[in-house]
Amino acid sequence: MIEKLQKVFESRVRLGVMSILMANETVDFNTLKETLDLTDGNLASHLTALEKKEMIAVEKEFVGRKPKTNYSATELGKQLFKSHLKALEKLIKGF
Amino acid sequence: MEDEKIKKSSLDQLNQIHSMMEQSTRFISLSGLSGIIAGITALVGAAVAYIKIRGAATPENPFMVRLNMHTIQHDTIKELIVIGVGMLVVSITFGIILTYKKASKKGQTIWSSSSRRLLWNLSISLVVGGLFSIILIKHNLVGLIAPVTLLFYGLALLNASKYTLNDIRYLGISEIILGLIGSLFIGYGLLLWAIGFGVLHIVYGTVMYYKYDRE
Repeated sequence: MIEKLQKVFESRVRLGVMSILMANETVDFNTLKETLDLTDGNLASHLTALEKKEMIAVEKEFVGRKPKTNYSATELGKQLFKSHLKALEKLIKGF
Repeated sequence: MEDEKIKKSSLDQLNQIHSMMEQSTRFISLSGLSGIIAGITALVGAAVAYIKIRGAATPENPFMVRLNMHTIQHDTIKELIVIGVGMLVVSITFGIILTYKKASKKGQTIWSSSSRRLLWNLSISLVVGGLFSIILIKHNLVGLIAPVTLLFYGLALLNASKYTLNDIRYLGISEIILGLIGSLFIGYGLLLWAIGFGVLHIVYGTVMYYKYDRE
């Protein structure tokens, strides 16, 4: 049972990022930063890790002259998150 | 023992997921106080409007005012529109200032993706309702304007409640009910309008103030 809990979600930050991306289609870097109350560097490193695992997709665009980075959950990310949720639920209901 | 620990940490995780999802989709810094001020403004406006159209009230029932293009003067319509726009400006100004204050107290910004989504979802129904009211004036269906504004405002709130405090949902439903009653009993429009935009705002504003603002 416990193996079903995804290792990626052991970090609170990554779990937070995925929760936000599950509830919103796309979210930009600053919104993630404000909602999770993190520093740029800390958030960026977690985002890179999630991107490497193909849990999130990154898209860069320009708003006027400012670059803006948008994040969204990939199909794989959504699936893993859902199975993680199910595993959590089962754990709470008791084996 | 080990089981309890796992259970506890799972529950913590679920709670964290829930709160992150809520925080990122809902704008929760809405000020209750601004609701109270909007309500008082609406009551004052309704009273002024009543004085303007009192002449058209039925003698046996002072709350019943039947308006149409023949009983109302062109200038009076203009005055009513000025009163309405004035109330809107006062309410929105106070709403923005007080919500800004509340948000900065919590360390949140007022112009976030959640507040933009809230405004967008609120404004669609409001703009449609406004246009529809103008069309009603064109068709000389003045008596329907008050209930129509209540209906569209209620629908706008119901739609926007997904993106803010849940109390807004019940405010929306109450406005819709008042709007329906108003369209059934034409002539009581101003009275129901005063209840919907005045009394209900004060009631919900007070509830929200005591629930969320006093910290």
